[in-house]
Amino acid sequence: MRRSSTVRAAVLGLVALLVLPGAAMADTFDAAGHGLPDSVGINSMWVVVAACLVMFMQAGFAFLEIGFSRGKNAGTVVAKILTNFSIAAIMYWAVGFAFAFGGDLGHVIGNTGFFLRDFGDPQKAFPIMGLSDATVEAKWWFQFVFCAVSLAIVWGTTLERIKFGVYIIYSVVFSALIYPIASGWVFGGGWLQVNVGMQDFAGSTAVHLIGATGALAAVLLLGPRKGKYDSAGKPRAIPGHNMPLFGLGVLILWLGWFGFNPGSTLGALDGRFTEVLLVTNMAAAAGVLGAVATAYWRTKAIDIGMAGNGAIAALVAITAPSGYVDPWAAVIIGAVAGVIVVLGVYAIDKVIDDPVGALSAHGLAGIWGTLACGIFTDPKLAAYNAVGKGGLLYNGSFEQLGRQALGVVTVFAFVFAVSYATFWAIKKTYGLRVTAEEEDAGLDISEHGMYGYPEQFIPTPELVGYGAAPTAPAPAPVATKPVSTQEVTA
Amino acid sequence: MKKVEAYIRHEAFEPIRMELLSLGFPSLSISEVKGSGRQKGITERYRGAELTNYLRPKVKLECVVADRDVQTIVDTILKHARTGAVGDGKVFVLPVEESYRVRTGESGEEVLQAHPDPAAATT
Repeated sequence: MRRSSTVRAAVLGLVALLVLPGAAMADTFDAAGHGLPDSVGINSMWVVVAACLVMFMQAGFAFLEIGFSRGKNAGTVVAKILTNFSIAAIMYWAVGFAFAFGGDLGHVIGNTGFFLRDFGDPQKAFPIMGLSDATVEAKWWFQFVFCAVSLAIVWGTTLERIKFGVYIIYSVVFSALIYPIASGWVFGGGWLQVNVGMQDFAGSTAVHLIGATGALAAVLLLGPRKGKYDSAGKPRAIPGHNMPLFGLGVLILWLGWFGFNPGSTLGALDGRFTEVLLVTNMAAAAGVLGAVATAYWRTKAIDIGMAGNGAIAALVAITAPSGYVDPWAAVIIGAVAGVIVVLGVYAIDKVIDDPVGALSAHGLAGIWGTLACGIFTDPKLAAYNAVGKGGLLYNGSFEQLGRQALGVVTVFAFVFAVSYATFWAIKKTYGLRVTAEEEDAGLDISEHGMYGYPEQFIPTPELVGYGAAPTAPAPAPVATKPVSTQEVTA
Repeated sequence: MKKVEAYIRHEAFEPIRMELLSLGFPSLSISEVKGSGRQKGITERYRGAELTNYLRPKVKLECVVADRDVQTIVDTILKHARTGAVGDGKVFVLPVEESYRVRTGESGEEVLQAHPDPAAATT
């Protein structure tokens, strides 16, 4: 009785908080009444278009993971992507955006803009994004889809054996605390950006390494899929069931990256977004070629999955330097990422079961991309972005490289510690893994009660089923001598 | 000559194949089958409606051996296919009249499992 009244009071309080008259939508709406400057409309338009491209990357992750899973675990990915995206939306609106960008408490965590309410002047409330005059709603949408991408990366290592509830519990913690705090340090005006001078234009560390670090924490506690390692500990291939879907996923992600990096300019009027787009594409192209060449060198086969992993790794690597380097450097950064991802997958597969290669493509490539800023950053672009200074190749100084390394180590340590603790707590209470029988049957039927591909698992006679019993028995067919066509028509 | 016909779980097959190979019995065939026995059906729920599948997927393993080898084969299958739960499957042993190797036209028991070096096939 006492408990239920406390719960009721809490729920009513939350509802009251939401319906209280406030400045929630008032800023953009009031300003619009007086006529917004053209630049607000143009910049907001670009930020929203870019963010919608980034949202489409959810489809890319879905197809990539489905393609790399066995057919009995295909449908669960759809439910996971939709559920995670939705939880992240609620949490990032409620608290995440405020923690990441809402002013600064010692550049550690933000404190204004919860529920996007009562923040006052948006240029002052979210100081680091004051450089753009796009509306707050556009900026929120852009930053939220980044959070959703980072969360999607976490689950790449956990396919085909994790309990669905784990997605729900961890995604609340991730999108409310882990991602907002760590990404805020790197590109939300936090201490790594402001005090250290770490360069991360669009999130090689802040989005991709954070996701991959969560993925590492999860897989260490989760263990490999049943049958991944033989009795001698040698890894076996567990081939994904659909390479065409995987390829579709890769191309959707590549497309989405043209929102991810160029959109991080948060504006269109200086034209920088077109240069960032060029740099992004050059890196991806070099990454595919680097990965194909590396896979052929090591296995004498042009590996389809590695070609795709090469594109993803190069795009991850160019994410941090995309606003800081010139196109020639992008080709080098991408090609190196393509080599790293293939060798990384081979090495990691010996000890950790990572079905999509997320640790290599997002983790190792994310680290490489962040460090690459310390080597290739053009001093004039560092000055333009007002973060850090030029790289090793331009001034012979290891200073910027050191700052980048400090950023990588700090973010990895923070995210790994909080994620490991969260997954450990889940393991001790709810449990991380489905049972061996459920894993054999597949997550589609055991977690969702239905199949992604029913025809492959339900015998056709049972799919045909039976209708209602006929009211009168149909006359039994009687063998007769054939009737001539003329008799029938007559 | 006898034919051993076993209906087993999918996950039981690989350990059985590996042990039969090491014992010198590389020749066998499998097919994906669906059947019903004492094991209960599985109910799929699709958008609120239910569909019960009484036919569950199994692997049918077939292998023809000399009479003296039948017990070895059956023991190996029983050893790996048994989980103790309903649905482990069944094994049948059938008489076989004659056998021929297509490539050479040889007949009789020597065509059945004659593999000079079974271990060579593992790699």
